Order: sequence, then C-alpha cells, then structure tokens
Amino acid sequence: MHAIVGENGAGKSTLMKILYGMQRPDEGTIAVDGEQVALHSPADAIDRGIGMVHQHFMLADNLTVLENTVLGSEHLYGIGGRARARIREISEAYGLGVRPDALVEDLGVADRQRVEILKVLFRGARTLILDEPTAVLVPQEVDALFANLRELKAEGLTVIFISHKLGEVLSVADEITVIRRGTTVASVDPGDVTTRQLAELMVGSELPSPETRESTVGDTPVLTVSGLTLHTRDAEHGQRTVLDDVSLTIREGEVLGLAGVEGNGQTELIDALIGTRHADAGTIRLSGEDVTRWATRRRREGGVGYIPEDRHRHGLLLDAPLWENRVLGHVTEKPNSNGFLLTPKAARADTERIVESYDVRTPGIDVTAGSLSGGNQQKLIVGREMSHHPRFLIAAHPTRGVDVGAQAQIWDQIRAARREGLAVLLISADLDELIGLSDTLRVMYRGRLVADADPATITPEELGTAMTGAASGHLEHESPSPAEPAAPREEPRAAGPEAGDGREENDA
Amino acid sequence: MTDGGMPVGTARKRPSRTIDTERLVLAVGGPALALAVAIALTSAVLLVSGRSPVEPYVLMVEYAANADIQVLIVNQATTYYIAALAVAVGFRMNLFNIGVDGQYRLAAMIAAVAGAAVTLPPVLHVLFIMLVAVLVGAFWAGIAGLLKTSRGVSEVVSTIMLNAIATSIIAFLVLPDQFGEQRGNNLTTGEIPRSGWFPNLDAGPGGEIYGFIVVAALLGLVYWVVLNRTRFGFDLRATGASPSAAAASGVDAKRMVFTSMVISGGVAGLAGMPVLLGDSHTYSLVFPAGIGFTGITIALLGRNHPLGIALGALLIAFLDKASATLDYNGYEKEIATIMQGLIVIAVVVSYEAVRRYGLRRQQQRVGEELAAQSGAHHQNLSKGASA
Repeated sequence: MHAIVGENGAGKSTLMKILYGMQRPDEGTIAVDGEQVALHSPADAIDRGIGMVHQHFMLADNLTVLENTVLGSEHLYGIGGRARARIREISEAYGLGVRPDALVEDLGVADRQRVEILKVLFRGARTLILDEPTAVLVPQEVDALFANLRELKAEGLTVIFISHKLGEVLSVADEITVIRRGTTVASVDPGDVTTRQLAELMVGSELPSPETRESTVGDTPVLTVSGLTLHTRDAEHGQRTVLDDVSLTIREGEVLGLAGVEGNGQTELIDALIGTRHADAGTIRLSGEDVTRWATRRRREGGVGYIPEDRHRHGLLLDAPLWENRVLGHVTEKPNSNGFLLTPKAARADTERIVESYDVRTPGIDVTAGSLSGGNQQKLIVGREMSHHPRFLIAAHPTRGVDVGAQAQIWDQIRAARREGLAVLLISADLDELIGLSDTLRVMYRGRLVADADPATITPEELGTAMTGAASGHLEHESPSPAEPAAPREEPRAAGPEAGDGREENDA
Repeated sequence: MTDGGMPVGTARKRPSRTIDTERLVLAVGGPALALAVAIALTSAVLLVSGRSPVEPYVLMVEYAANADIQVLIVNQATTYYIAALAVAVGFRMNLFNIGVDGQYRLAAMIAAVAGAAVTLPPVLHVLFIMLVAVLVGAFWAGIAGLLKTSRGVSEVVSTIMLNAIATSIIAFLVLPDQFGEQRGNNLTTGEIPRSGWFPNLDAGPGGEIYGFIVVAALLGLVYWVVLNRTRFGFDLRATGASPSAAAASGVDAKRMVFTSMVISGGVAGLAGMPVLLGDSHTYSLVFPAGIGFTGITIALLGRNHPLGIALGALLIAFLDKASATLDYNGYEKEIATIMQGLIVIAVVVSYEAVRRYGLRRQQQRVGEELAAQSGAHHQNLSKGASA
C-alpha cells in the first residue's frame, strides 16, 4: 500500500491522471509489472489492471449497484445473473458487503465508496488508485475502509492512495511518497516519520507551532435559530422530516461546529439558512431581525457569507473566468456592480487583490475557475466571501480536498474574521478541524441536534460515537486520567486547525 | 493593475493575454471548422450524385454579386437575425425556445390586425404595432414559462405544442368571419395605413433595404449590453451555466426562467416586423413561416453572440437567396438546404470538440504557467541559499 501526499497543486492529481491514462506525460516512462507501457486512455489503464476511485463519486443515483457496476463493461460478465454473481463474489472476497440490487441513491457515502471500489475490481484491476478516500468518512467508517484495503493488500493487490490526513497515511501505508511542486521530494517509511515531519516535508518548511487560543465569543447573538423544522416529500418515502425542531444560537466571534455523518440534515440546515429552501416551521433571526422569509439574495446582502459544501455545484461557475466567479453571489454589491450595471473593471481589480492576498495560484484572472486546482478554487471562494465582511458565515467543509498549506490559510482567515466578531457555523467531516476550530460543538443526528460537547476536552472518537446516534446529551470526556490522553492528541493537532498561520511557506 | 511595476505583476499579466488571443482563435476556429466540414460533405454529396463538386458554389457566389440579390439577402438576414436573437436569449439561460416560430407568427398576425384597426400619427403608429407584437410574443412564450415554473413542463415540449396551437389560432382568426379579408385566392388581415409603415432605405438599383435593420442592429447591441454588462444579464448567464450555483448565489431560478422566456418571446414577436412594417403591410397566408426554426440554426452557428449571429444570418440568407440560381443551371436548389442541414450538424459537433480542446489546453497551460512560476521561485530560493 503506497501513499502519495502533497499539497494541492503539487501534482498529485496530474500524476494520478497520467497513471490512469487521462493525460499523457511529456517525458518519462511508466512500467507496470516491469513492462514499459504507454497509457493513452483510461481504457488502456484498465486493460493493464489499473483502476481509479475518484474523489467525487461517479455513480448514477437512480441506478442500482449492479447497473452502475456493469455500465461500460457489459462485455465482461453481461448485465444479468453472471454479473450479479461476480459482484457477490468480489464483495465477499474482500468483505465489501455490497448488495447488487440496492439503489445507489439509498446508499450512504461509505457504501457508495465501496461500490466505487467494487466497480474497479469488477473490471479486473490489480492496482487501485484512491483519490482522498477518507475525506468524506467518519472515523469508524475510515477504519472499515482501511480494513477493506488491508484485505485487498492481503490478496496481492496494490493500492495507491492519496490523502491529506497524515495520521491516516502513517497508520495504513507501507511506503509514502511526498511530492511538492511537481517533483518527488521524499520517499519515507511510515515507521521513520511523525505526522509533523511529514507535514513539513509536504509544505517544504517548518510548521508553526500551535498558538494558544483565547475565546473571542461575545455576548450579542448574531444568528438565532429556533424550532426550525423542514419536511421533504418524495414518491418513495412519502413525507420525511429532515430538520426536526433545530434550535441554536451563534454569538459574535463564536464558531459553532456541527458534527454529524453526512445526510443527517446538515445540507438541509445549510439550505434553510442560506434561503434556498424555506422552513416549514421555526424562525431564523440575524442580529435580532427575522429573516425567515427572506430570499437568498437579501440574506447574502444582509451579511451572510457562504462557503458551500460542494464548490463545483454551488460555489463556482466552472466555465467562467475567475473574475466572474468573484462576482457570483455578490452581483448586487460593490465593487461588482453599481445598482443596475456591472462594473467589470472594479470587479477585475478586486479579483486581482483576492488572488494576491489569498494566495490563489493562477496565471491570471481570465482563466476559467475549472482549470484551477481544488485548493485554489476554495481559496478564491473564501476570499470572495470574506471580502464582503459577513456577519455570519456558513462554512461547510471549508477545507475538504484542500492541502495542508491552503488549509492552514483558510483556518487562519476564519480565525481572523472571528476575532473581528464574525459568527461562524462550521460543518465538517474532519473532526480534528471541528474540534480545533470550534468554540462550541453540536452533533446532528437524523435531523435533530442530539448532543453538545466542549471542544477543549472531547476526542474525535467520542464525537464519532455521538455522530452514529449512540450517545446524546452533553458529552463529557470519559478518561479519568487527564495527563495521559492529552499526549497522543498533541501530534495530529500540530498539523491541525490549531496550527497558527501557514503562510510561512509563501513568504519563503 | 495596481502592481504593474513589479516583476511579479507583469509575469502574471502575460499568460492571461496569450490565453485571451487563444480564446479568440478558438472562437473563430469552431465556426470555420464547421463550415469547412459542411462544404466538404456537400461536395461529397455532389460527387456521389455525379455532379461537379465546385460549380454550385461558384454559381451561387456569382449570382450573389447582383445588387438586387444582395438586397434580398440583407433583408432576409434582418428577419433571421431577430429570430436568432430571440432563440439566443433562451440558449444563454439553457432554455430551448423552439416556439419562436409560433410566437413571431401570432405576434405578426395580431399586430397586423391591430395596426390596421387604429389611426395614429406616423411614428406612434409604428411603435404601437411593435408594442403589440412584443406583448403577444411575450405572452405566448410566457405560457411556456409559466408551465415550466409551475408544473415543471419542459419548455421544449410546450413550445412545440404552442407552435401548433398558434398555427390553428392564426388560421381561425384570419378567416373572413373573424378579422380576415378575402383578396383573390389569399386571405389577409387588411392593409396597415401608411402611417404604420417603417420607412425603408434606398439601396440604388438593388431596391430597398428594410429600415427595420436599424432596429435589429440596436436589438443586438441591447442584447449584448444587457447580458454582459447588467446584473440581470449576469444572473441569467449564471443560471444558464449552473442553476445550482446561481440559486446559491441568490438568483430566484423560477422567476429567471419565466422572465427570460418572456424576453425571448418578446424579441421573437419582433421577428415578423421587418416584413410586416417594411414590405407586406398585412398578414396573409403567404407571410413567411419557419423563420423561428432557422433562427435556432443561426443562434447555434453564431454562438449566441450578436456579431456571430449577424454573420450566421447573412450566411443562411445567402444560401436561401443565392440558391435560386441553381435551378436555372441544372442543379437542384435543395443543395443549399442540404448544406444548411449539414452546417447544423457540423456546428454542434465542432463546437463541442473545440470547447473540449480549449478546456484541456487551458488546464495544461495553467499547469505549465504555475510550474514555470514556482520553478523560477525555486531557482531564486536556491540562489539565495547558495549566496
């Protein structure tokens, strides 16, 4: 099991694309089983036994697992009984637990990922490439995934996996390659390095040590949600309650972290807060003003910043140039427009400023947003939202798929804005991020806020338990001896949200 | 702009400019490729049927050298241009308004009836007729918009059906029992008085060019300004590019669908005006039909850009009018129709090919630029370290 780590834009994705035949190398060679190969397309790669599980799942929701699996490889085992038998066989051999006739839309994130892995194995892959497989999983699911991967390894398969979570990389990989700015900077044995050393190799400079943090939580409530309830209707399930009597208050300078397994109402809560869905009951108040019936645009003008969970779907126009993406969401505000007309000149100048001060790595502001790497896209979004000085920021997975350097920067910006009184709702699958950045923690389960916790004492494992619905109420840290558990947590946290400003690397 | 003097600043500017020129080349490359393919395929058709693969083009170009044919082409293009703009408004928003055809015919018919029924001073009379046409077109398209926003009916289906309904309504209204007048074998809606005519431009021996061409050109300008320079246009384009991102950015998607459908229909309503106000002055059974469908071709060909649409309209009008000569020289004028069809196919394929190529190129370039930047950055670092 080989792990590849590196910052966004370091060339991991490009390397993977080349291995998977999606891009052709200018120079150099690839050898599979000692034999030099030229991969012209993913089909070539599949023929050579190389399969890829993408970061964004590529499954058709309205088809079954079986249909998704045979799609495009109908010639292997047909589309009927033989294929079903083969899926069962693979599923059992590697302990994937995949049901061939389940509808993909009914599956959770972890199950979908297993379907993706199965799809690749179904095509006869002997080498699996996994692009940030743990980004969307809770700790328990990560453990299950790693168990699956070890299973694969035991059967003699090769797994190449890309991750930003260095702790995981260390625990699961047999060998680690660190790449930076397009070249290999180190190949290390996981036994020889700590997360901190690994992070330093990635970033290329020493990480700043964690700063002590004082609370900036003020007294004035910025966002007050009470009794928020939302129902959805669909043909299959009839009416379902996706938000059930949700009440919370975020004060100025407070970061409220919301933990929860995806699909437990977080998306709906975000929709209700940004106004793309209107609540069936309950009220939303922004600095005391009732905004429950306000349309999205009015809320955004009123100081609600939004870092969406899916930046491709909700945060960017991928085919539009950067400066138009800077306008998106703030088209009614300066410097983007004056009343009726757009002011492209001012918007462009301001885009230059964002690119500069948020370290968006791009050759210019006329390239399309889609041609930037994920981390740089995210920095652009953060820059855009912060530029309008929001009172309340919805930050959904603000650092998902973002490298360590950019991650630290984004955390920094959120922390800086918080010092100036910004109220933040932080939703994240990265529990270290939640714990490190939040002033208050709440856990969401099946549309309800079931538990709260103090980020100063809680561990990711305890939080993970509450996320599965196994614990509720106020979560107390259980360990009787406080000195012992503090020590091992120090390490992962060093590269975590507490890690001051990551800008060092850019000043160098 | 602010840090133009710094070396970093200039280094950042240069690549964006090269990408711009490349974008221009790509923009022109798509249509050029499509035309070349369409011509080649038409020639292939000619060869297969044992004809000269070149002569028809020569004949058409020679024929189009005549001044009167040029006037015909320009006049035809004016009508096409407005219809194509109407389609393009929808396209920019990812709406397929196939109903431009029904919208402009119904609008022209009712505007003709209204124009013949009132007495107004010259300028006002023309404006009145145009207003009626815009309102009728907008209303007819608005039905499709309303169906889409309230019931989720695809605008493709509803506008096609509305075309059929418009045809029947027109056939009914033009009967002598309603608003029609029998003129020989023809049914008309009665002539609009002179005060309701749009003055034409004298083009010497070639005849008269529709004065409405000025309105068409203004429409093109307004189209560009509204889409590219106003908040509304930005919202519209954003919704077309990504409905989900637009909704998150605060665009009311339903209202946007309805509004752009109404605008598209309003513009479509004007498509019949060059003929009505500049030539026929009445709606009759021989009023040009099918312009809306040609408009779709032209909007595609012109990539929804007002200048591109103008060139596309001229090209299609050229094929329409200059092909008349083929019949006199032993060729079928349907050759031009075949070519129009092939252009549509070639356009769709080549634009997509060029778009993908462009995207890949750009991603590659961005990668290269960044690598070069950080490479230089790296060198500086190591120099600094060794010094």
